Amino acid sequence: MKGFLAIIGRDLKLATRIGGDALTLVLFFVMVGAIVPFAIGPDKAMLAKLAPGLTWIAAFLSLLLGLDRLFRNDAEDGSLQLFRFSRTPLEAIVAAKVIAHWLLTALPLIAATPVLAVLLNMDMESWLRTVLSLLLGTPGLVALGAMGAAVTVSLPRGGLIAPVLILPLAIPLLIFGSSAISGQQAGAAMLFLAAISLVLLAIAPFAGALALRVSEE
Amino acid sequence: MTLDVAPKPNWFARIANPSQFLGWSRPLLWPLTILTAILFAAGLYFAFLDSPPDYQMGNTVRIMYIHVPNAWLSQFVYGVMAVSALGSLIWRHPMADVSMKAAAPLGAVFTALALYTGSLWGRPTWGTFWEWDGRMTSTLVLLLIYLGLIALWRAFEDQLRAGRVVAVFTLIGAINIPIVKFSVDWWQTLHQPSSVITPDGPRMPGSILTPLLVMMGAFTLLFITLQLKSMHTEIRRRRLATLERQRAAAAEGAK
Amino acid sequence: MSLTNSLPARTLSVTGLALRRGERLLFADVDFAVAPGEILLLRGPNGAGKTSLMKCLAGFLRPDAGSVVFSGQDGEERWEEDVHFLGHLSAVKGRLKVAENLEAWAALNGGESDVMAALRRVGLASIAGLDAGYLSAGQTRRLALARLLVSPRPIWLLDEPTSALDKDGDRLVGELIDAHLAAGGLAVAATHLELRIADGTRVRTLELGA
Repeated sequence: MKGFLAIIGRDLKLATRIGGDALTLVLFFVMVGAIVPFAIGPDKAMLAKLAPGLTWIAAFLSLLLGLDRLFRNDAEDGSLQLFRFSRTPLEAIVAAKVIAHWLLTALPLIAATPVLAVLLNMDMESWLRTVLSLLLGTPGLVALGAMGAAVTVSLPRGGLIAPVLILPLAIPLLIFGSSAISGQQAGAAMLFLAAISLVLLAIAPFAGALALRVSEE
Repeated sequence: MTLDVAPKPNWFARIANPSQFLGWSRPLLWPLTILTAILFAAGLYFAFLDSPPDYQMGNTVRIMYIHVPNAWLSQFVYGVMAVSALGSLIWRHPMADVSMKAAAPLGAVFTALALYTGSLWGRPTWGTFWEWDGRMTSTLVLLLIYLGLIALWRAFEDQLRAGRVVAVFTLIGAINIPIVKFSVDWWQTLHQPSSVITPDGPRMPGSILTPLLVMMGAFTLLFITLQLKSMHTEIRRRRLATLERQRAAAAEGAK
Repeated sequence: MSLTNSLPARTLSVTGLALRRGERLLFADVDFAVAPGEILLLRGPNGAGKTSLMKCLAGFLRPDAGSVVFSGQDGEERWEEDVHFLGHLSAVKGRLKVAENLEAWAALNGGESDVMAALRRVGLASIAGLDAGYLSAGQTRRLALARLLVSPRPIWLLDEPTSALDKDGDRLVGELIDAHLAAGGLAVAATHLELRIADGTRVRTLELGA
């Protein structure tokens, strides 16, 4: 337990001190949302309709961009090698990193959704549903991302491949995530979203640890 | 930090050397602060109590007294950053880096305030908090550029190395901002065939102009005061880093 | 210091170890056993396979033939938790403070040892509150050594432990190994330098390569 908490604390400190990039992903998220009207026009009715889906896409892209960071730093300075000798199991370490990553990337992103809501003309109810669906869906996304990052950690240019690997597998989250905001079956979609996230969270520590072990050889 | 600029006049050295800079700018801070406070007091009095409401917009026009100075500052501060960037790259002026770094968060805040007050003003005027018109959109893009610069500063562990790189990007931004403004204006004419009353459009009789100028002066002085203070803090921060580095080098085991 | 208690007794036995990297056979028929209180020095020119052998011992590489056995534990325990591995990379985070780096490892690796005592032993106590990014290469290596001290473990696998260290650092490594062996631990160290170990009878050598 001590090791689990130590990893979370350590990763949080590393990302928020100078040289880390806690701000950048949130910025990217806002920018992706903000540039949409330049491409499709600022018609308010249309923006309002597309806003939930666009917010999800922006969240997607931002989280995918940040994936590589999960294990790369530890791999480069030799810490990853040493995790297998720690008393805290590698699975717990991966779980701790997933939690820290969610706190650092998904939570600020969700906190920044009001900005997008204003820019894209979302009404209050839409925005609240968007926040809820992001809260339920981003853990699954981060878990999936951790698995992708673990698989690509031994590749020097792996940072670009991981999003490509993860995107197809994350489509269910996108489907249920945006249906949960504005669709016929919004309530059911919300539940499916939560269920999928839970499954992904459950397998990520084990799959991720396995991938890390195999990558070492 | 040696200056190999023998023929340069003394004034260059006085603003280039950190200690000298601190020396002459520190006594200025209190007078500047007091002057800023006085101007704000006068400006706010005029703005809220002594000027007429607009015949169309009523009392909400008073937001203009805050919005317009912030909008002006958002561009002025970028100008200060761009000049500092030139100083950093061309003359390797040591204080230029510090000035650039200090200005960025200030510029971001003024830009954000401009957007926020513009948004508050827009609510009664347009009916929504946000309208994708030319000016607001350009200001939003400017805010994103500021925030990107701040993120760039924070991405470097060694802030001294960061200075010149950030200077290059500041100048890239400076060149691109007019291009962005032009294209945003073009874009918005495509989508907004009817002209929207832009927040600082209406003609300005003296009773509105005077308080506006006073507020502009007040905000500008506010920026100058904060900028100087922020530069002092950055100088101290760098000195601290140097001391820590020396401490590490003096400790056992350093080679 | 942290090694006042005796370490649990473990033995390392290696039989018939062989490893191929690509086309090349790095080593074959490697046999040795290391008992508590002993150190095996791996010697050989660069490229002889010292690091690869260390990696086989640590479990990072699977050998093509032979076996590596750590014995002495009860059935329940994982052998990895008895091992400290010190590789080429020091696993130090520049953005964390010196003490914070060590505290994180202490929490991960267990053991009740005192972070400040370990830092004092390696000579970094005076700068415990500084960012580890300010450390020189030698000081970073010392911080890596401190990691071995905060969590007492019987088996030390050291790959070039003295790299980047000055004469004082070399001496420190020798002293740390002496103390470790005296407490009943064992060590395998790959190094092309002389390690200053007090008791010569505890030292065995294995030459790799041509």
